[in-house]
Amino acid sequence: MRKRIAIKDHYQEIKLINQRCITILVIMILLIILLISRLTFLQLMNHDHFTTLSQKNWLDLVPLEPTRGLIYDRNGVLLAENIPIYSLDIIPNKIINMPKTLSEIAKIIPISDDDIAQFHRELKQHRRFDEVTLKLKLSEDEVARFSEMQYRFPGVKVKARLMRHYPFVNSLSHVLGYVGRINIDELQEIDATNYSATNYIGKLGIEKYYEDELHGSVGYEQAENDASGQALRVLNQIKPVPGKNLYLTLDSKLQTAVEQALEGHRGAVVAIQPATGQILAMVSEPSYDPNSFVTGINNTDFQALQDSPDRPLYNRALRGLYPFGSTIKPFIALGGLDSGVASPDATIYDPGWYKLPTSSHIFHDHKRGGHGIINITRAIISSCDTYFFDLAHRLGILRLDAILTKFGFGQATGVDLEEELIGTVASPTWKRKVKGISWYEGDTLNSGIGQGFMNVTPLELATGVTVLANRGKRMVPHLLLAEQEPGKSIEMQKSTHLAPYDVHDPNTWNIVIKAMQGVLTAPGGTGFHFGKIGPYTVAAKTGTAQNHTIKVYNLNMSEDHEDQSKLPERLRDNSLFIAFAPVENPQIAIAVIVENYAAASQVARKILDYYLIGPPLVFPIAPVNKTKTQGTSVNVIH
Amino acid sequence: MSFTSAIKYRLTKPEGSGSGYRSFWQYIHIDVPLLICILLLISAGLIILYSASSQDLPKIEQQAMHIGLGFALMVFFAQIKPTTYQRWALWIYLLGIILLVAVLGVGHIGKGAERWLNLGFIRFQPAEMMKLALPMFLAWHYHRIHLPLSMSAIIFSAIAIFIPVLLTAKQPDLSTALLLVIAGGSVLLLAGLSWYLIIGLLGLGALSAPMIWYLLHDYQRQRVLTFLNPERDPLGAGYHIIQSKIAIGSGGLFGKGWLNGTQSHLQFLPEHTTDFIFAVCGEEFGLMGNLILIFIFMAIIGRGLYITMHAQDTFNRLLAGSLTLTFFVSFFVNMGMVTGILPVAGLPLPLVSYGGSSMMTLMVSFGILMSIQTHRKLLTT
Repeated sequence: MRKRIAIKDHYQEIKLINQRCITILVIMILLIILLISRLTFLQLMNHDHFTTLSQKNWLDLVPLEPTRGLIYDRNGVLLAENIPIYSLDIIPNKIINMPKTLSEIAKIIPISDDDIAQFHRELKQHRRFDEVTLKLKLSEDEVARFSEMQYRFPGVKVKARLMRHYPFVNSLSHVLGYVGRINIDELQEIDATNYSATNYIGKLGIEKYYEDELHGSVGYEQAENDASGQALRVLNQIKPVPGKNLYLTLDSKLQTAVEQALEGHRGAVVAIQPATGQILAMVSEPSYDPNSFVTGINNTDFQALQDSPDRPLYNRALRGLYPFGSTIKPFIALGGLDSGVASPDATIYDPGWYKLPTSSHIFHDHKRGGHGIINITRAIISSCDTYFFDLAHRLGILRLDAILTKFGFGQATGVDLEEELIGTVASPTWKRKVKGISWYEGDTLNSGIGQGFMNVTPLELATGVTVLANRGKRMVPHLLLAEQEPGKSIEMQKSTHLAPYDVHDPNTWNIVIKAMQGVLTAPGGTGFHFGKIGPYTVAAKTGTAQNHTIKVYNLNMSEDHEDQSKLPERLRDNSLFIAFAPVENPQIAIAVIVENYAAASQVARKILDYYLIGPPLVFPIAPVNKTKTQGTSVNVIH
Repeated sequence: MSFTSAIKYRLTKPEGSGSGYRSFWQYIHIDVPLLICILLLISAGLIILYSASSQDLPKIEQQAMHIGLGFALMVFFAQIKPTTYQRWALWIYLLGIILLVAVLGVGHIGKGAERWLNLGFIRFQPAEMMKLALPMFLAWHYHRIHLPLSMSAIIFSAIAIFIPVLLTAKQPDLSTALLLVIAGGSVLLLAGLSWYLIIGLLGLGALSAPMIWYLLHDYQRQRVLTFLNPERDPLGAGYHIIQSKIAIGSGGLFGKGWLNGTQSHLQFLPEHTTDFIFAVCGEEFGLMGNLILIFIFMAIIGRGLYITMHAQDTFNRLLAGSLTLTFFVSFFVNMGMVTGILPVAGLPLPLVSYGGSSMMTLMVSFGILMSIQTHRKLLTT
């Protein structure tokens, strides 16, 4: 019985199990079809997508920073270089406990609070696997000490890099400017690709103006990375193109001589080669160390510079707006003679004051008792105010302004620096617009002696002097002498001409220039401080100008030197001196402004002596292709 | 005797034709089609592992030793008559339960779970043994009773499955516990468990999901969450599956070529010699490589089902079917995990992934399959 049932069950069971097997096989095949569809989806339909992701995983395009171009002076002296420094860099995502790591590092290498604050700022701006600098400029000793302990700090490393360095320190900072870390505003402006490996950008001066030339082009390195972001090998490399080397028109020795001549007084000097417009020296004193801005100046030091009453950050040569003082007189004299309003032989009588026929106001001459009967030559030599009150009155403000404009005043000089300010050639329209009041005839008289609303930057003034020196030929003042692409020859830059100051009678120039020579040589000349003329001829004009701030004292406009010593130092008059030499073949034109101190003549003397008597200066780099078109034009007006 | 001649032999000698002719292979109890499939799979596995391990020869040697030991076990267990298994099934099961309890007491901790039992000369995972003991025990039980299953038999089976599953899950080794459920459940399934009941049980499982969630370890919850949305934590728990999909997807139709996979060689793909080795295959050999690998796996399944359907009695059929089904589940779950259609379960790819313990179990199960196939003729006499 039991066996029978068992046999019967046996067949049933076979049938049952086999049916189940078939069912299960069908389910399995369905599942495998699902799996294959999934594989097809991943490997065929989305293949490109995943290939991209895969390459993103392991291929890293590392941008390579181009080496910044060097800056030389006209004699090939290095003014801005790149020096290797060691920095301590941290890769954030490899650090487990950042505060602990930092405090451990601080036990080996002194880390300032400023460094830590800066580090935390940059930490926020970088990706987790980017290197962030903790400390720049490690000493060799610090490098050695840290390297010994390196094994304790995975993710921290000493890195060698190039850093901008200005060997002349304070001497050229106002011209060269400096580079600094790219800030958020600059980030919007720059070509992000080209700057992908660059941390520094020109902030001021030549470094800023010629940023494109100096920067160069970014290079790339295609590196194979593993999952931890470690570069395993370099697959491909496009080398970065270093920036161009620049040769400036500056003569670093003259620049230093000018600084020494200023003897620590606040002031500015611009020296230009009249025939070319090349700026030989451009000094603004006091100055500052641009190197501290490269590494990132700390707040205390910056505030000290910012708050100093001497204003070392202020580029006086380019941005200082000073009244002309009497240095305006030769310019007006030339315009007056050329327009026929003045004539070389006509004289006036100077009683020591001038009065407008329509007004009772008395305009004093700086010489009490007056110059007596005086012609235009003597008026320049002895800086007769009354003569120029009269001349200004007869010219009228519009003609006077036209003369100044023809010399280039009241316009951008076109110098290859971005920070230039423009002096004021005041007109009735200007006064109404700026001051909101109408023009008085008295304003015209004041303008005639370089006071009142007229002002000028030292650069503009020096540029004006080159026009006198060139007898009307006008050149754009500029700082770039030549460029050199890495590995190629030097390309000279052409000087740019401007519309010349044409006069009806070329002899007019000689009249004014002769008078300017007389300033130093004739009896009664105001340039007696200049001293006895040396082996070269000089045409010059002195000037004294009241400070803007002095107006609160409501003093009149006399150049009363006795009063000066009683005034607080910073309210004393500025002294000015313009000159060019030698007269026959001008090599140098200068404008000197010494703030609150009557020393401009002596300063000018030292500069001219140094430049014209000192060792002859040779331009060592061979001019290669003078007809080459200007790559970076120093064009007329921005 | 070659594969074709073996087939020819099958065709010329009908089933149950007596004890007349026995081939050499039958004499040593080796099933040639199954052996060929296993050899193909293991060779493919070694080729992939060689690349996945970045040509780590000591590792390959180690794996070759596992394979050698596995083959020895397979041959050994193929010699044992199915009737012997049948006789010992209950005792093996009971021993397994005792060892599982023991492992909870004195187990060796590895990877955050107690799985290993150190017997002095060998480290041993009782849960692996249970993968074979459980279906054997159930098959033995069902062989003794009448099919289809009665309610009391179902309840008995549920308890028989539940005890080792619970003990394994407590280690905690959830993926092996899952395979134990599959191993036991597959016997029930083959034994004709009502489809309604299966669907009902699945429904019950879905309903009890929140409770299971509560019982899960933190890392297991992470896996589930990550499966649902890998991008949730691209550098943490989701990293595995994202990188795995990148590896497979970037392989395309023909792959990047052997030894040229960037995902594995540059360490982007985690666990690339063990759980995620299928992604290495996908990256280096493309869709074609994957299809070939899947084909070999399915060939083994096919042979397993053939053995099942031609087995002599209920015990043999149920055991063979269950072993085949469990093998399918273990490779399908792994492939599903690697391709992102199933959660990351921590299961290796059978016979391909680097590792010893799961390979031993598998080779023993193939030995049992071969035993069932090759002892058949003798049994009929």
